[in-house]
Amino acid sequence: MPPPAKTAARRAPAKGRAPASDYRVERFTLDNGLRVVLSPDPSSPVVAVAVYYDVGMRSEPEGRTGFAHLFEHLMFQGSASLGKTEHFTHVQGNGGTLNGSTHVDYTNYYEVMPSAATELALFLEADRMRSVAVTQDNLDNQIAVVQNEIRVNVLNRPYGGFPWLLVPPVLFGDFANSHNGYGDFVDLESSTLGDAQGFFDRYYAPGNAVLTVVGDLDVAQVTQWVHDHFADIPARAVPERPSFVEPLPTEERRATVHDRLAPAPAVAMAWRVPDPHDLTTYLPYVVLAEVLTDGDASRLQERMLLQDRSATHISGYLGLLGDPLDARDPTPLLLEVHHPEQTPVETVLATVDEEITTLATDGLPQAELDRTVARMTSRYLREIDSVLGRATTMAVFEQQRDRAELVNELPGLLRQVTAEAVQAAAATLTKDTRTVLELRPGGAA
Amino acid sequence: MTAPAPTARPVPAVGKPRPLKLPSVAERTLDNGLRVLAVRRPGVPLAELRLRIPFAAPTGKAGRAHTAQASLLGDTLLSGTATRDAAQLAADVQALGGQLSASTDADRLGFGGSVLVGGLPGLLDLLADVLTGASYPKREVVGERDRLVQELAIYRSQASVVAREALMHRLYGDHPYGRELPTAEQVEEVKASSLRALHAKRVVPAGSILTVVGDLAPARMLGLVEKALGGWTATGRAHDTPPVPETTAGPALLLDRPGAVQTTLRMAASAPSRASEDYAAFTLANLVFGGYFSSRWVANIREDKGYTYSPHAQVEHPPAGSRITVSADVSTPATAAALLETVYELGRVATTPVSQGELDQARRYAVGTLALGTSSQAGLASTLSQLAGAGLGLDYLRDYPQQLAAVTVDSALEAAARYLAPNRLTTVLVGDVSEVEAPLRTLVDVELG
Repeated sequence: MPPPAKTAARRAPAKGRAPASDYRVERFTLDNGLRVVLSPDPSSPVVAVAVYYDVGMRSEPEGRTGFAHLFEHLMFQGSASLGKTEHFTHVQGNGGTLNGSTHVDYTNYYEVMPSAATELALFLEADRMRSVAVTQDNLDNQIAVVQNEIRVNVLNRPYGGFPWLLVPPVLFGDFANSHNGYGDFVDLESSTLGDAQGFFDRYYAPGNAVLTVVGDLDVAQVTQWVHDHFADIPARAVPERPSFVEPLPTEERRATVHDRLAPAPAVAMAWRVPDPHDLTTYLPYVVLAEVLTDGDASRLQERMLLQDRSATHISGYLGLLGDPLDARDPTPLLLEVHHPEQTPVETVLATVDEEITTLATDGLPQAELDRTVARMTSRYLREIDSVLGRATTMAVFEQQRDRAELVNELPGLLRQVTAEAVQAAAATLTKDTRTVLELRPGGAA
Repeated sequence: MTAPAPTARPVPAVGKPRPLKLPSVAERTLDNGLRVLAVRRPGVPLAELRLRIPFAAPTGKAGRAHTAQASLLGDTLLSGTATRDAAQLAADVQALGGQLSASTDADRLGFGGSVLVGGLPGLLDLLADVLTGASYPKREVVGERDRLVQELAIYRSQASVVAREALMHRLYGDHPYGRELPTAEQVEEVKASSLRALHAKRVVPAGSILTVVGDLAPARMLGLVEKALGGWTATGRAHDTPPVPETTAGPALLLDRPGAVQTTLRMAASAPSRASEDYAAFTLANLVFGGYFSSRWVANIREDKGYTYSPHAQVEHPPAGSRITVSADVSTPATAAALLETVYELGRVATTPVSQGELDQARRYAVGTLALGTSSQAGLASTLSQLAGAGLGLDYLRDYPQQLAAVTVDSALEAAARYLAPNRLTTVLVGDVSEVEAPLRTLVDVELG
């Protein structure tokens, strides 16, 4: 048998230390402000390229709901050297896959390619960072495509947009945090080429972006290519990122929505959590969500799915879109419970409240904390095992925390979360600070 | 946009891809008949496992009872053993940094798991406990039965599920593929005793395949599996799925979803298996038609006309017969026009040659994405397990690019004429009949369901 290939990660955890990865992190910044992170890993002949722009749904102006996402679509419609659809054909026609997505605080674009096509991927991202080229026809076309995206994911689907589009208007007061990030059709239809150019000029400056390249790469060679393709993109002013923080709720907020396609009720509960920037105070909440809802041995699943049979599905997570480490303040912890019609929603709320109170009063046994963190760690390592998972994780860490190295450090930080800290976090999830959104099946009564 | 476009720059050339280095697969068949595959894949300190137990239903009425039992068996396999209740089992898996799940489909019972590599022996022991000692406690079975009934109602409230059920029934009739989901009534009849009997008869090692991938020597992984699962001695042999029937397309089936803002369009037909001589040619013809974003169909109905968000033509390989499914959710007013363009693009690829450029682009995509699918432990484990289930080994990933390389414009046309001709495809639409029926009738025969 041949000797094992050189591994990019530590094989087995030393006793007492968290199992972790050991991926290399190289970083530099171009004169135009573009921040670049490279992480070589020769284990497969593939590479992931990701570009993160520091603008998301929260930055949309009033009257332009959904514009950050619409603009993401426009970034595929043509650029300085490429016509419509050419971005796709260059990537796929060289054996790669690609996508983009819009989040509350950022918009990302990525390719996973055979490593022989690394320079091509860099060229393609640089070309649209230099300038996008959208025609009125292409804008009209993508407005129609986005409307069909909203129809298939929200309007023609039971529980569509529950809870990610439906909770913010109840939980938050400010437009930036509370508006519909997929967009109202009226706003989408009135979007213009001028809006697009303005959005690009303001938010898509190289200094407002992070580029990560991960996988089968030579650092010196990729550094050269990054300079070749990105360095002459002119620097532009980087917009000051506003604080979107708003006051914490001081009393319970409740609302009800009617879903004519849904056959059974559901309820979402949301609490504001501390600023994610300080991981010491934030990570206990991430662990708390898992203690409550991850698997049959979690507090709420064991109680409501196995014992009481009062619910049919329970999930809990940090962040509206379910990624705990990619949103800035303000952001919620969410619990989502689907329950049979026979279980009154007040029973669901009382049971959740009781379990949280028990945790806050009696504390968390160390063994329960350990097993929870063990699974969180393995799930996280599994995610960053793919070059794309690693490239996107490193990009968001670098963009929001100036620290791509967190990709390796996170398991250790999770291991440092104490039972007392999780208990203290549970104590803040009180009835009078929660937001409750009920979903009733059928049309409005 | 309004800004002056900078001068176009030359697109960098792409070099020759570094060849995919396939890992070696260690293999052993245990005395109990279980086939075990193990691959070392360095990277993160984890291990992945996949177990496939052929679990097909018989054809006809008995098959429908089986489908209900199998669904609930998948939901309650992890509900307790002689030594652990459901919560204890879940806690033990979690403590290893692991996850373990079971599910059934028309062909098989499958387990998927992953674990911190040091926990692999523990996870295999837990798997063995479930395989040999799942107890199907009455209370858990009743509870999960009620939950499954609720979940089926939620599932069937989705237009895509309604369309899929109708499509599969049209294609396969009483064959198990024609009834992937049980009805609520069938589920309500299932008893704990029938699950125990089904487990005893069908959860057997002979004919089953376990795949393990992790950052560990393959010989060590084989040894761990043998130690943990050597005592799984249930006799009998796993059942394979009966062959699928030949069907004809028939009129388009239109199901009503009053007030729907979109119509869920699905078309399907049988397709060649990976072992067929014309599979590579079919794959490339399908890619050019609609199998990836850079296809004619996507360019037409999405990027030109904006009728839909996510059109895709997907090839699936259930063991009893591969199939192609063409899917798009189209805005209600554009329903007939979208069907027209879909039939046009199918007909075009089936009757006129694709260009050499289109063929080469599709070929590079098909070859390149093979490497992506095996570049993580989880991806490698799933790929290896799926290939093994189809009687293929990892060398398929080495040989398939050669088959793709041999496809010509002529052989792609021949395969497209054989498999993608629009009159072969069974069509189902779920939408607002009052809006879409009349326009659809100008194009095709419509049967209201």
